[in-house]
Amino acid sequence: MHMHKFEKIWLIFGVGCLIFFLTTVGVSAFYLGNKPPSCLTTVNPEKVDQTKPFDKPGLHKVEGKDWDYELVYVAQAFSYNPAQVKVPLGAKVRVIATTKDVVHGFEVAGTNINMMLEPGYVSEYTTTFDKAGEYLIVCNEYCGAGHHLMSSKIEVVE
Amino acid sequence: MAKAELKTKHKTEIEDSSSLKGTLASVFLLGFFIIITWVSVYYLFVERF
Amino acid sequence: MVNSAVSKIKVDPRDAKLSMAHFYVAFIALALGGLMGLLQTLVRSGKYELPGGIGYYQILTVHGVMMGLVLTTFFIMGFQYAAVSRTAGTHSNAARRTGWIGFWTMTAGTAMAATMVLLNKASVLYTFYAPLQAHWIFYLGLTLVVVGSWIDGAAQIMTYAKWRKNNPGKPSPLLSFMAVINTVLWIVATLGVAATVLFQLLPWSLGLVDTVDVLVSRTLFWYFGHPLVYFWLLPAYMCWYTIIPKIIGGKIFSDSLARLSFILFLLFSIPVGFHHQLTEPGIDPAWKFFQVVLTFMVVIPSLMTAFSLFATFERYGRSKGATGLFGWFKVLPWGDARFTVPFIGMASFIPAGAGGIINASNQMDQVVHNTIWITGHFHLTAATSVVLTFFGISYWLIPHLTGRKLTKAMNKLGIIQGWVWFIGMVFMSGAMHFEGLLGGPRRSAFSTYGGAKQAAEWIPYQIAQAVGGSILFLGIILVLIIFINLAFFAPKGEEEFPVGEAENPQESAPMVFENWKLWLGITAALILFAYTIPFIDIIQNAPPGSKGFKTW
Repeated sequence: MHMHKFEKIWLIFGVGCLIFFLTTVGVSAFYLGNKPPSCLTTVNPEKVDQTKPFDKPGLHKVEGKDWDYELVYVAQAFSYNPAQVKVPLGAKVRVIATTKDVVHGFEVAGTNINMMLEPGYVSEYTTTFDKAGEYLIVCNEYCGAGHHLMSSKIEVVE
Repeated sequence: MAKAELKTKHKTEIEDSSSLKGTLASVFLLGFFIIITWVSVYYLFVERF
Repeated sequence: MVNSAVSKIKVDPRDAKLSMAHFYVAFIALALGGLMGLLQTLVRSGKYELPGGIGYYQILTVHGVMMGLVLTTFFIMGFQYAAVSRTAGTHSNAARRTGWIGFWTMTAGTAMAATMVLLNKASVLYTFYAPLQAHWIFYLGLTLVVVGSWIDGAAQIMTYAKWRKNNPGKPSPLLSFMAVINTVLWIVATLGVAATVLFQLLPWSLGLVDTVDVLVSRTLFWYFGHPLVYFWLLPAYMCWYTIIPKIIGGKIFSDSLARLSFILFLLFSIPVGFHHQLTEPGIDPAWKFFQVVLTFMVVIPSLMTAFSLFATFERYGRSKGATGLFGWFKVLPWGDARFTVPFIGMASFIPAGAGGIINASNQMDQVVHNTIWITGHFHLTAATSVVLTFFGISYWLIPHLTGRKLTKAMNKLGIIQGWVWFIGMVFMSGAMHFEGLLGGPRRSAFSTYGGAKQAAEWIPYQIAQAVGGSILFLGIILVLIIFINLAFFAPKGEEEFPVGEAENPQESAPMVFENWKLWLGITAALILFAYTIPFIDIIQNAPPGSKGFKTW
């Protein structure tokens, strides 16, 4: 089996690109802390409302943590609680969410906050809300007849 | 191996690679396209919160 | 002399009949699924509402099941069955009977699943994520489709094994080898979906158990879900590697490298399912990244394929006296639908592949995950690269099997069809990609999201998708006209089943490629390595299970 010289050049270049891509995202994920949302905490999906922190959905100031606020969401077909929230510009926020019924999406359009909500699991993502404006939260995983009506709103204000 | 034979063999090898220069150019254009699109979306990722 | 005799080999009429049976089902699925696709794009433009209380998600389920599961599986099995018959010899009666049993099992399963979808008992989309709970007959139908495809695939393996036995020490015919790789890939991959359907969803929908472990089910589904797309892609690669060179009058660039790339697909397309679950809770990020690395490995055989195809084209063009860096491009047979239609498919794989690398890039998935960018992506891979190649194959394979000829008029219509598809897809897939980057979600009916400003920005793209969808539907009508013509009305005659020859036939492929124990062993080892620990983690740390929901 022989390989043409040009094909070798091409494969070295191509594999080099792949290694470059992998290194870039790998360093960003594991060194700079930009891992995709992968929270391992579980919750009883039938007792979400009684379980902390989901008994009090909404934005809460916290002390002594790596982040300034916790923004707690409870999703169920076909709504998010809270339906609207104001976040101060520049706040470092831990978004914590779960679902009471089927699988939902949790996507803050135009940002990197994009995670799956699965019954029994808590999804978390920490980020700094550093651009003012109105952001739409949409459910981006099919959840039933009202899937396209399921939304919420975040206002990032000065 | 006779010298003459060696020479012709060498020549065909050169032709062999030169005749695929369009292929090499094509795959590299493809490679640059992949890099440009990837870097663009990575920029979006870095830019957004 | 031997070569000219080889090129005249016909698929045995008894084998042809079974292949055609597959194609009838496939093209009916195309017609139905295509109509649903058109309706979806119209609904999402906001200018049209479905009549008679039909739900958007019901037609979305029909579209996904028909296009993603029925059209593809039936076409692929029909094509590979014919390809093995053509290159490894006519199937034995036993193999043919096996093939028919597989075909009818798949068809019965399809009918069961389709009935439940039409009765609105299973509007769960083709991914049927628990805890959405469909009617048990839907799950049973899917099981039969999968089991039927195993039986169907066994026919190909039987004939391949017979050839190997009769030709000891010789590498098998390339096309048969590739067909068997794809069948084996399919069997290994479908074990995952079979496991979740048989052990989780079926007992749960029958009420035998109350709850289901959602993450286990999703993980088993995606163990299957990614090799599924390679199962669609590899028949297109078979055509590009072995059939296109013959059609243009060139040679296969390298038989051995083609085999190597198929083996790499078998090894690396399965242990990569986590790249569909990158934004999910409950899975350790290190294991996600590990599977991302394996996903990037599966890019390599596609890089090899790109080189081989360009090389085949350039060698052919230069043999016709083409000069300059890209002169060979002009002399390709653009007037031949058998070449041009798959070529558009190949070209589409460039942006499709670039998008795929982005999707698999770990945290970068957060930019695009479950946005309509993803829909745009697989309408380039599956719905352009793969499907246009399947259409290009049909344009010679259908008349070959029915003893008819592809006429000049149909050839021309075929080329028009290919370009109509291309234009439609530029609008539809292009608009989907851009809307997705702005955050527009996939799998959603028209919505203004309470007058949100961001959602208003998505609407122009959705109108562009409806324009593209309408053009694509026109393309589907053209395909159906050509299919019906070639199956029933084209003039009688002989249409060639083109199979290319390698540029260096004396350089025969290393026999190690046929060592199935070795390749299946490595495949199993990679799967076990990539999945065992995270899977045990998922089961050990499982939350209370979910009861079923019917939210549609």
